[in-house]
Amino acid sequence: MAKRIELNVDGKAHTIDADPDMPLLYALRDDLGLRNPKFGCGLAQCGACTVLIDGQPVRSCSMPVDAIGKGKITTMGGLVQNGKPHKVQEAFIAEQVPQCGYCMNGWVMTTVALLEKTPKPTDAQIEEALTGLKCRCATHASIMRAVRRAATA
Amino acid sequence: MNTHLNRRHFLATGGALTISVLMPGEMARAAVAGLDKRPPLDPKKLASYISIRADGSAIAYFGKMDMGQGTDTGVAQMVAEELDLPAEKVIILAGDSGTSLNQGGASGSTGVSHGGATLRNAAAEARYVMLEIASKQLNVPMEDLVTANGVISSKNDASKKMTYAEVVGGKWFDTEVEWNGKIGNDLSMKTRAKLKDPKDYKVYGTSAPRRDVEYKMLGTDDFVVDIKVPGMLHARTIMPPRAGAVPVKVDEASIKDIPGAKVVFEKALLGVVAPKEWDAIKAANQLKVTWSDVPAPFPDQKDLFTHIRNAKVLKAGGSPKNGEAAKVEEAFKGADKVIEATYEWPFQSHASMGPACAVVDYQPNGITTLWTGSQKPHFAGDGVAKILGLKPEQVRGIWVAGPGSYGRNDAGDAAVYAALFSKATGKPVRYQGMRHEGSGWDPKSPASIHTIRAGIKDGKVVAWHFHSKAFDRLNVSSNESDPSDNLGAQAVGFQAKPGLTYGTPEESYAFPVKHQTWEVIPPFLEVMNPLRSSHLRDPLGPEIHFANEGFIDEVAFALGQDPVAFRLATATDARDKDVLKAAADKAGWKPHTAATKTKKGDVMTGMGIAYAQRNGTRVAIVAEVDVNVKTGKVHARKFTVAHDCGVVINPRLLTQGIEGNICQGLSRALHEEVNFSKDNVTSVDWLTYPILDITERPHEIDVVLINRQNIPPNGAGEGSMRPVVAAVGNAIFDATGVRLRRGPFTAERLKAGMA
Repeated sequence: MAKRIELNVDGKAHTIDADPDMPLLYALRDDLGLRNPKFGCGLAQCGACTVLIDGQPVRSCSMPVDAIGKGKITTMGGLVQNGKPHKVQEAFIAEQVPQCGYCMNGWVMTTVALLEKTPKPTDAQIEEALTGLKCRCATHASIMRAVRRAATA
Repeated sequence: MNTHLNRRHFLATGGALTISVLMPGEMARAAVAGLDKRPPLDPKKLASYISIRADGSAIAYFGKMDMGQGTDTGVAQMVAEELDLPAEKVIILAGDSGTSLNQGGASGSTGVSHGGATLRNAAAEARYVMLEIASKQLNVPMEDLVTANGVISSKNDASKKMTYAEVVGGKWFDTEVEWNGKIGNDLSMKTRAKLKDPKDYKVYGTSAPRRDVEYKMLGTDDFVVDIKVPGMLHARTIMPPRAGAVPVKVDEASIKDIPGAKVVFEKALLGVVAPKEWDAIKAANQLKVTWSDVPAPFPDQKDLFTHIRNAKVLKAGGSPKNGEAAKVEEAFKGADKVIEATYEWPFQSHASMGPACAVVDYQPNGITTLWTGSQKPHFAGDGVAKILGLKPEQVRGIWVAGPGSYGRNDAGDAAVYAALFSKATGKPVRYQGMRHEGSGWDPKSPASIHTIRAGIKDGKVVAWHFHSKAFDRLNVSSNESDPSDNLGAQAVGFQAKPGLTYGTPEESYAFPVKHQTWEVIPPFLEVMNPLRSSHLRDPLGPEIHFANEGFIDEVAFALGQDPVAFRLATATDARDKDVLKAAADKAGWKPHTAATKTKKGDVMTGMGIAYAQRNGTRVAIVAEVDVNVKTGKVHARKFTVAHDCGVVINPRLLTQGIEGNICQGLSRALHEEVNFSKDNVTSVDWLTYPILDITERPHEIDVVLINRQNIPPNGAGEGSMRPVVAAVGNAIFDATGVRLRRGPFTAERLKAGMA
């Protein structure tokens, strides 16, 4: 029942043999050995597993690996280009956002997608884009500062 | 300088890494030994606490760790201050029983106040030893030597100087120190040196950056969930649908189509392992299990507080000092009137961001390694040794950043599960729970009832009694060195050893007679209990002070007094009064003697204050809330926090830690309540256990840090969590005139209250 599946992750082509129903998260973590997306809930409720597929934030814990087709997958680590972090990562570093840091994939990847669409978001637009993401350490104040900083970078 | 040593490199080279980093220079010094090998960890040896690298920078070996609030940065600043080094020249190696003494792990906000203080002493001793050596080398009396930026020089002749690197760089201190004989939080050592005078502080009070942020944002280092060991299996557990049931029959054939999946079934322990993680998850879902038939363990949730009220008392405690109990009753008899109120607080869950994970590589004839997100890797390693029948020195416990930790969560369970599965399979095992285990089966903060009475005579409080009746604060020990506290150990027959303890409010209110007492009731299940109770960030603080500070407001209003004025008149500690004044002033407090009930359209607004002490730290909080009268929804718009934890080491990280506590405390105030059926916990994910959403964030958190330069640092990790619930509850009363005495303050409760 395993199937040969091709994935494009962070600009590299990969081929894996996997159960087509397996969520993308396990292909990234287990088959490809990437450490960025995290398992938080497996229910698409928290965002810790978020990656971009063709620029759109997707909860990889609930996306079957066989459903991605030719979509280009970007992980948080893959945002770093030629050794330079993405401006969203730089802003989150400058604001020292993460406490435990386990949820950060969700906030960062969703912010990247937000700023692509809305480069200068209002606070209300930021909240609208980020609602539903969980941060148990409750670093919401730092997150808002970082998103505002990224938007002005 | 890269201060984050790559952990994997570290593991790969074992003890040798330190040597390669610290390759000694050519100079041999009388007081420095160990050219090629670190001496074994021994609390009587300075080398166990600190070393100077060949480049003159320092490594401090921290037997605690940072859970994301920057504790390690603060400790680096303390060490740097005594060594006269910049903070970035101090590396902290933390939370590894192979490199650090057992300083108790992350525990009770003692990272700086205890753990840091010990390493600060070690740094002072290290400086002293280096001065002794330099004194001989330079032929300058010790008292004529000064240090700055890692250089020792004669204050009379600047040409006479040596760097730390030249004195001891790359070699181990061979200095005996006076150890107090304790391990854990209280482990301490004396230094012969005089600690730096606070007026000379250069590194304290600066906002050195955190060391873990970059790898967490770029994904360039492992969390515990990312640890991989060759040959490793993934494990999952299968929990009973009805708590208390045990597996009686397991159909192994039901997972035979899953490659490499195997069942581990020992007594009541039931798990599956597979080489691929998804296969382990599938197998856990697919496995057919017949469970024992047991009675439903829990009452109807609506009867929870009735249950607590009527439950038998296993242990009582508190402060009935000599004859005080009788005196209190006597004073109540003499009162004109007695005000009484009862506050109730539910079970709350750690609900960490991810379910706990641990990796154990069981090596019966070598060193078994535990990689854990536990706050207490040394103790957790001891626990793993016990469950595996090994000696403590046969297990190395290594902390790796976990999926969040705010006390005694499910990390201890994960360590024991991974150990049992590794032993059963003979392979290294990575265990991670599923979401329903992270929320449903973690140890809970105990549900409680608090009854407070105040006897009033001639417009004054003459008698005061605060009484809690609650589930055990420590049905599960926070320590983790005893595996019997963990689900996996209980499944294979270990019996729980409940701590039977609780706590009382910490404040300085003075009344002619004052009494604070508690009673602890039995758990619903002795073992394998999804409602077992233990420490959650600021254990008991939010609920005890919700009651205490809510009632203080009630009494103030009953006496026709303003809540701030009443507190200032009743609190006796000067620092307590200072935080109260600072918070009220900064927030623009307007004195009032009844709920102000300011209304604009559908929104009522109010302001509430609360304060508490916590092990020497004092925090006062003013909350400002909007309550929508139609929806009942509360928005806590602004918080003003006055914070006094003694000397401030890192103002920025302290402020960010406070902000986190405010928002996490607000989450607990507005949303968090563990729901359960008669069979089991039903709060098993983020829909059934909601937490604060970014749309509900306070728009402003104004932090006033009161810096007490001459007072040693107290814990700052939890103190600001303590008064949040009470401040919000008091603000809701001010807005609406509704006194909510049961939390959380959900829209439904507000609507019912306002109806």
